[in-house]
Amino acid sequence: MVGAVRNVLRYGFEFIERPFERLFGPALNPLSQLGALGFFFFWVVAVSGIYLFIFFDTGIERAYESVEYISRDQWFHAGVMRSLHRYASDLMVVMVTVHLLRQFAYDQYRGVRWYSWFTGLPIIWLLYGSGITGYWLVWDRLAQYVAITTSELLDRLPIFGEPIARNFISTGTLSSRFFTLMVFMHIAVPLFLLFLMWVHILRISRPKVNPPRALALMMLFALIGVSVWKPALSQGHVDLAKAPMDVGLDWLYLPLYPLTETWGRGGIWAFLGAFSLMIGLMPWLPPLRRARPAQVDLDHCNGCARCAEDCPYEAIRIVGRTDNLPFPTQAQVNPALCVSCGICVGACPSSTPFRRSEDLKTGIDLPDYDLKTLRERTIEAAKALSGPGRVLVFACDYGGGRRLDGAVRLPCVAMAPPSLFDFVLSRDLADGIVIAGCAESACYNRLGVEWTKQRIAATRDPYLRARVPRERIATIWASALETRRVAAEIASFTKEMAKRPREKLRSPQASPAVTTQPGSDRTLTKVGSTV
Amino acid sequence: MTYLRIAGQFLVIAALFAAVAVFSNWPIYRQIPRGSAIVMLSFVHGADRKAECRRLTQEEIQKLPPNMRRVQECPRGRRPVYVELDLGGKTVFQASLPPTGIAGDGPSKVYERFVVPAGNHDIAVRMRDTSRTDGFDHERKAVVRLAADQMFVVDFRTESGEFVFR
Repeated sequence: MVGAVRNVLRYGFEFIERPFERLFGPALNPLSQLGALGFFFFWVVAVSGIYLFIFFDTGIERAYESVEYISRDQWFHAGVMRSLHRYASDLMVVMVTVHLLRQFAYDQYRGVRWYSWFTGLPIIWLLYGSGITGYWLVWDRLAQYVAITTSELLDRLPIFGEPIARNFISTGTLSSRFFTLMVFMHIAVPLFLLFLMWVHILRISRPKVNPPRALALMMLFALIGVSVWKPALSQGHVDLAKAPMDVGLDWLYLPLYPLTETWGRGGIWAFLGAFSLMIGLMPWLPPLRRARPAQVDLDHCNGCARCAEDCPYEAIRIVGRTDNLPFPTQAQVNPALCVSCGICVGACPSSTPFRRSEDLKTGIDLPDYDLKTLRERTIEAAKALSGPGRVLVFACDYGGGRRLDGAVRLPCVAMAPPSLFDFVLSRDLADGIVIAGCAESACYNRLGVEWTKQRIAATRDPYLRARVPRERIATIWASALETRRVAAEIASFTKEMAKRPREKLRSPQASPAVTTQPGSDRTLTKVGSTV
Repeated sequence: MTYLRIAGQFLVIAALFAAVAVFSNWPIYRQIPRGSAIVMLSFVHGADRKAECRRLTQEEIQKLPPNMRRVQECPRGRRPVYVELDLGGKTVFQASLPPTGIAGDGPSKVYERFVVPAGNHDIAVRMRDTSRTDGFDHERKAVVRLAADQMFVVDFRTESGEFVFR
């Protein structure tokens, strides 16, 4: 059941991500920057909130008047700031919701990823808590509705002796100190939210907490634009002698409030409890069955730290040497954090299929899919190639090439060390290589696409040797939906390779000039001249 | 191509932000039908204790630890408050409100909302907060004129022991 829902959602995301990727480019695709945009909008809310606090008065009568002064008299700065504050908060809800759905759709919440998923749950609660306390402060009719409904909901819990809602049903029951308390809440809750946002990303290597500058600027200009076009305004002063009627609700923050009329307050709490329980338990419904974690072979590890640098999950630490080999450090895998993606295998300089030792070993390896097996499968797959334009495909388990016959499947294309591509071409196992990974903005293992591109471009260690002709390597970044595109591009690349004469690789050669074709369906990494 | 892409990016972002701006205060929500008012029955009031204070016998006092000896015992638990509300001659609410608190010694509380059409209404409220089993300890009735959207509160003042209509 959960799997079916996930597949439908995944299909939906993959359907829209490709156009987004084409429109914005992989680096600026907002769908791959949802978490970073969440952080960005948080900072917009924080800065605009501090600015608004200069003008805000916590007096019972002055609260509304000060907000009116902000919105009417000082609209050109404080008013715009109020709108920024409002809309950035709303956009944070949008980002968090889509981020949650996307992580679920791509199955990036189970296994060792349970931690980020689980810590995301209190973030949702605190985000809503921050927004609701904020609406309260304006002390307009919407604030009255929010105050009454929120306190009615809280009164449903067996915590408070006297119903809090009684404070809002007649005049003279509220004091200015109540607003002081609400201001304190509206500052304390977001601060705690920020703390939990930090906790949320603790176990992620290189978390995206800042969107690319161009995307951030686009969002900021759009925020300012919408703030001028449709400024956030108050909805008339509170009148506790009257029921708050005809209120313009913020449906992003308050969608459940009208439901108190039909579901009852107990029903709302039951829903929230069930939702939280479901979200909290989802990483184990059912638990992810994963391959055994990576293992370090100290006889082949010199503690160079490349594996730790490349691990997307902070699963590898460099620690002091525990054997007698003359190196100061060694790699150490934390099995609780390892997802067995194999990126560390591809990063290890010892991972070279050229080694002549009978039992091919490397410094760090996957017990269930080791380098030796990878070399054997590569040779086996190459044997099946025939005719002109023999193209060997290395396909990611989660990308568009995952169902291709004859492809060498990998948990992540970055598991393949660059020397493996050298091995294939220099041993004449194939005329060309296709690396078919995930979509650029939706890499299942976060950094696999990036590392592969950088290794081929010889900008990230371990480099693909200069002697390897880049025009014989094609990278196709495609989602699991794009099987046709992958097949078509492989066919086109095969034709291209068929036209080229076979060549024998020599070493060493000058460093290649690397060119890419951004925006094209296939991003080919080519050298300026054939080596 | 670049201009087309920029235009596309602008459209996507503009659509997102416009949607957020629109749904941040639209559609308008109305809690009760137009031309209606709300009668709110809400008070916090503690009924009498379940039993009167009783003087302890000498034997009972002797049985107590020396530092906890007292001459009388006063049970903490309170009785429930029984309340009825009539609107237009019809009883719309009757309940026995249990005392709050783990030991059942806190005040009883009620917070109920009734939506009625605007106009004249006979409102009567009765409460029993003592050991009596019939009749009521506190009552009030009145004909009130409710304006549309008005919030009419039926409260109880413990200090004066009377219902308040406001």
